[in-house]
Amino acid sequence: MAEKSGADILVETLMDLGVDTVFGYPGGAVLPIYDALYEHPKIKHILVRHEQAATHAAEGYARSTGKPGVVLVTSGPGATNAVTGITDALMDSIPMVVITGQVATNLIGTDAFQEADTVGITRHCTKHNYLVKKPSDLAHVVQEAFHIATQGRPGPVVIDIPKNVQVAAAEFSRNAAVANSRYQPQTEGDFKDINTAVEMIMNAKAPVLYTGGGIINSGPKASETLRELAELLGCPVTSTLMGLGAFPASSDKWLGMLGMHGTFEANMAMNKADLVVCLGARFDDRITGRLDAFSPNSKKIHVDIDRSSINKTIRVDLPLVGDVGRVMEQMIAVLKGRRFATPDYGEWWSRITGWRATNCLDYPENKKEIMPQLAIRKLWEATHEREPIITTEVGQHQMWAAQHFDFENPNKWLTSGGLGTMGYGLPAAIGAQLGNPDALVIDIAGEASIQMNIQELGTATQYRLPVKIFILNNEYMGMVRQWQELTYESRYSNSYSDSLPDFVKLAESYDWTGIRIEDPADLEAGIQKMIETDGPVMVDCRVAKLANCFPMIPSGAAHTEMLLTEADVKGTMDDQAKALV
Amino acid sequence: MHIHEEAVERHVLAVLVDNEAGILARIAGMFTARGYNIESLTVADISEDHAISRITIATNGPPHVIEQIIAQLDRLVPVHSVRDLTESGPHVQRELALVKVAGKGENRIEAMRLADAYRARIVDASTESFIFEITGAPEKIETFVTLMREVGLVEVGRTGVVAVSRGPNAG
Repeated sequence: MAEKSGADILVETLMDLGVDTVFGYPGGAVLPIYDALYEHPKIKHILVRHEQAATHAAEGYARSTGKPGVVLVTSGPGATNAVTGITDALMDSIPMVVITGQVATNLIGTDAFQEADTVGITRHCTKHNYLVKKPSDLAHVVQEAFHIATQGRPGPVVIDIPKNVQVAAAEFSRNAAVANSRYQPQTEGDFKDINTAVEMIMNAKAPVLYTGGGIINSGPKASETLRELAELLGCPVTSTLMGLGAFPASSDKWLGMLGMHGTFEANMAMNKADLVVCLGARFDDRITGRLDAFSPNSKKIHVDIDRSSINKTIRVDLPLVGDVGRVMEQMIAVLKGRRFATPDYGEWWSRITGWRATNCLDYPENKKEIMPQLAIRKLWEATHEREPIITTEVGQHQMWAAQHFDFENPNKWLTSGGLGTMGYGLPAAIGAQLGNPDALVIDIAGEASIQMNIQELGTATQYRLPVKIFILNNEYMGMVRQWQELTYESRYSNSYSDSLPDFVKLAESYDWTGIRIEDPADLEAGIQKMIETDGPVMVDCRVAKLANCFPMIPSGAAHTEMLLTEADVKGTMDDQAKALV
Repeated sequence: MHIHEEAVERHVLAVLVDNEAGILARIAGMFTARGYNIESLTVADISEDHAISRITIATNGPPHVIEQIIAQLDRLVPVHSVRDLTESGPHVQRELALVKVAGKGENRIEAMRLADAYRARIVDASTESFIFEITGAPEKIETFVTLMREVGLVEVGRTGVVAVSRGPNAG
């Protein structure tokens, strides 16, 4: 066996694992790795403008391709800048491996230049992390890191590599057999429990499938299986923000998203159901609303690959630990074995039809200003045949996109759900475009969020990435303003987006095309121009400034207490509600 | 507005982990990050090849929190197994304490009498002080330390509990 430097071992192991793209930013403590990359041009390195963007780009790449995202940053500020994206990946279960440089082992703990306790800082925002102290440990650690990041509930793994470990040599041979990892999550559902689940399904009169990001993480096959299961059961399907696309929005079984800004029919169905089958979702507080009023009369089955997600906030009747795709296949097999025939849910569907009749996603017409909901719908109309990949930032525009942009397939909707990270959308779009060179990739943004990683315009320019940014510009941190309106008597404390740049000129200065849309009459033409323009485009779409996102379950309320329109907003909140999320 | 508190119960957990750098911080930090309580935590290498450590954690919380603690521990990569000894049946809990008492005359005699009654051993003595070594269930040590306060307690060091289930099987 030949001896190789730690940096070479790292890069060659990455190649063995099939890594073709790395998002990163160089610095002192990773110079040996960058030098090794110089020798191995097969790995494409994408130079971002800020390390946080490297992590979101890796998330976008991972979420849209199903492959783990890889990040390479230096020690100290490189690592601390990556923390937000790492936490984001943890909350949304995105497979990601982050390689951080570290000061030499003999300097660790001496407050050396650009030293930070990276393993300490990232211990609780990673699925696992490592400090590698010997080059001979590197190959195994990197292999295990990818295994941990991608198996079970996916998540971010950090590998911290001191500079002297990158330089020192150890014996290494390419494509060595991978040792069995100690991490072996359960993927198969318990057979007895599958049977119990089927019994519960067969006895239900008003069931609903409540699906989540776990189905996307399980892979495209799980989305197929979900369609088969829903067809077989003939029952309604709703999804969390993270699960959009797993089930086609065009299906007659589709209720729309549930939760705080979900549809009236989805939330009412959850409230009135006698059986809730939770498939790869986690009863997040944005879904449940007031816990003691959540789906009060239903039996609950919870399928999750992470046992700690079960019974965390909502007690369930039947926990089922396993890969959601696999468990649904098992359920279908047992249902078919028992010659299950789609029951008559006629009464249940007629109630749902009644709830649907509220047309809860309707919004006031406006001839003078562009309604943001209309802008999203027009964007969908103009692009949906091309099956675009949509990323978002965080806020009102994100919720409007979730409500008014329909998805038919998985891996097309990339958004920061758990952590709610403003500044996610542009770098995620860059990562998605790299993973899907021929796709139409659009970041639906707000004028405030987009400024949080605006420097990444340069990255897209450098790599000739034709990403589109569609800003719903209402000159407010709209969701903050909406909550201030609902909770604090419209005292708009610091929620106005003052001193905005001229987004068109800004785009042009980065060699992007800039488009401004101000008049409702120009909306469609503006969108068309964006799609038809080669290369990256930033659209500054000026929308109605004070439009709010409805329907909405206000803080501390139950699913049945949705505000459907502005007119339902009455009075102010008490402290109990204010203290809730 | 007031913050609502729930009734808690005490559980002793035995956790087998890879003996690697940072494991203690990972576990202790998980407890702090999620707002769980640690009453005591002991850790020592227990395997022949020094690869595995056993951590005994005495914790308290409402039953659904205890269930979460176990699930959260179990999903940490270096954790091999988590057993709730309180839940799984009869088990033996022991703790060791070193108790230093200083005094003269009647106090000194009383301290010795009490130590004798509690089967504490004298491991160091001077003309005006003793160090007692006492082993037992945490309640016994608690009582002994309380009694020693009245006869000149100077300082006390406790190991925290270790526990093993009764009967022939592990766990």
